[in-house]
Amino acid sequence: MRELSAVLLVFASLTVLGAGSVTTIPLQHMNPDFDNKASLQRGARTYMNYCLGCHSLQYQRYERTAKDLSIPKELMLEHLIFDPDTRIGSLIENSMSESSAKEWFGAAPPDLTLYTSLKGTPDYLYTYLKSFYHDPSRPLGVNNLLYENVGMPHALLDLQGLPRKVCKTKLEADGSTQQPCNEDGVVDGRYMLEVDGKGKLSPVEYDQLVYDLTNFLYYVAEPTRDEREKLGFWVLLFLAFFFVPAYLLGREYTKEFH
Amino acid sequence: MMTALRNLMEWIDARLPVTETYEKHMSKYYAPKNLNIWYLFGVLSFVVLVNQLLTGIWLTMSYVPTGESAFASVEYIMRDVDYGWLLRYMHSTGASAFFVVVYLHMFRGLMYGSYQKPRELIWILGMLIYVALMAEGFFGYLLPWGNMSFWGAQVIVSLAGAIPFVGEDLAIWVRGDFNMSGVTLNRFFALHVVLVPLVLLVLVVLHILALHEVGSNNPDGIDVKKHLDEEGRPLDSVPFHPYHTIGHDLSAIVVFLFIFCSVLFFFPDGGGYLIEHPNYEPADPLKTPELIAPVWYYTPFYSMLRAATFPLFGLDAKFWGLVVMAGAIAIPFVLPWLDKSPVRSMRYKGTPSKVFLGLFIIAFFILGYLGTVHPTPFKTLIAQICTGVYFGYFLLMPWYTSVEITKPVPDRVTMG
Repeated sequence: MRELSAVLLVFASLTVLGAGSVTTIPLQHMNPDFDNKASLQRGARTYMNYCLGCHSLQYQRYERTAKDLSIPKELMLEHLIFDPDTRIGSLIENSMSESSAKEWFGAAPPDLTLYTSLKGTPDYLYTYLKSFYHDPSRPLGVNNLLYENVGMPHALLDLQGLPRKVCKTKLEADGSTQQPCNEDGVVDGRYMLEVDGKGKLSPVEYDQLVYDLTNFLYYVAEPTRDEREKLGFWVLLFLAFFFVPAYLLGREYTKEFH
Repeated sequence: MMTALRNLMEWIDARLPVTETYEKHMSKYYAPKNLNIWYLFGVLSFVVLVNQLLTGIWLTMSYVPTGESAFASVEYIMRDVDYGWLLRYMHSTGASAFFVVVYLHMFRGLMYGSYQKPRELIWILGMLIYVALMAEGFFGYLLPWGNMSFWGAQVIVSLAGAIPFVGEDLAIWVRGDFNMSGVTLNRFFALHVVLVPLVLLVLVVLHILALHEVGSNNPDGIDVKKHLDEEGRPLDSVPFHPYHTIGHDLSAIVVFLFIFCSVLFFFPDGGGYLIEHPNYEPADPLKTPELIAPVWYYTPFYSMLRAATFPLFGLDAKFWGLVVMAGAIAIPFVLPWLDKSPVRSMRYKGTPSKVFLGLFIIAFFILGYLGTVHPTPFKTLIAQICTGVYFGYFLLMPWYTSVEITKPVPDRVTMG
């Protein structure tokens, strides 16, 4: 089964952490792509199915999302809006009450509309979703390398399978330097994660899913980003052209006294 | 048709001096012909002011100034209002652009001695504009009701609490509540959209009236009114319109807009310096951001505030920080009387003046940087030194401007 226990992602320098604190593991880079509509649509599907139950997108509307992601309204209503009373023009909210959420998880799950902007980069979310690992000492059985003592369960557990910390002194292509973890899960100050192979998705497929989801949330944080950059190009082009007659006209006037 | 128009103008002019005012301030306002690139930032400030007023009016149409709805209404503007995102980014980028051009405009004044007699009042009015602008920016920054809005305002308002005896009551009076709340947001909104803009507009008008009374300074710092032609026009000056407006300002505005739009359309949050990342979550009194830093244009003064680290005369360090910061904002007001130099322009001043101005600018930049990061003992020491340099520039000025050897000033302006 060793070939199944594919080596995942994370190298992390070890940091001593308080409860629910942010660590300093390096972020994995992802390039969001607004033109990849299929990716955004898959991301939206994953979000509505796995995330929305706890995390609302309360500033974003279904209708705008459908329009920007080229999803026909009927399909959106049929497949991605689960509450029959919710209209296409509604904000993307959920029915979880804040007080119950606090009771269950210790803190209410935050709204994620602006999450990638709050973190300043989509890389944070991308890394976070790939950094859950098995930790029996936690109430929900999982922990996160990027956000130690996280209160959130691994929502994508059935897709990814359960990653475990595996310590390595050095990563080789054939995995030959693997060592079992000591009690603290640390050898030589570095650790990696391996999944147990019980997930519905292969590691490559899971990476793609996380990419799509992050891409979607990056879009949601600023749905006008694409329009902004496209309009910006024309505005700058206009100003560049307008500068020529403005400068030449100005020179005609300044000639007289220079 | 032309006769009808002329008759109309005559009719109006007999009742309201429109043509006379236009000539006085535009077509017959003579400005030195050797004005250089540093003289563009006054006009650019005006362009940004108009941008802020217009976009601000449109933002007000959709913004909701309540603790419950402010944050969501900004996102509503960003998503659901047609071109709301453009208006909002024009306004938020404009705020930073305003300080960029105003700082450059003020630096020009320092460099060419534009504050010297007879332009003391122009300088003081300008400083009042600057202070009003700081207030305007401060009140405006609370309005999105993001977490940095909240905590930034919280830190600054609570400074009032450091004033002995009346401090705590004063802070409550300013907030209108025992903590920052929707009440504070509401009054800051009123101040941001009504009171301070009115004050700003009046001050800008007075600033320009005072300028046009005595005439513009120039890079040589010499009095162009000494050499007049037979009709009493300064020989080294040209009418502001069209020679300066079309001649220089139009292209300058285009270049400025190019830079402004590059930021607006491609880096509207300026990597977290123009819109700080914690402001992407709503104000939360229970969740302090990791690092509370004001927006970049206040950071030099914030550094000076934090540079006071020890109590004195039984008053705590926080109070002295407040005194240092207030002093740093107040001391430029008396600049016209600190400069004892017989010449205006840095071109003809001595080496000490140049060195002090250079150190002052370097210190200001370092203080600006230090205000954006966590203080450490070493960084605090640097901030203290830079604070010393900042005040030294002003307080030592009577000495170094009177002992230095100045260069002879030419009789007529030099084009260069």
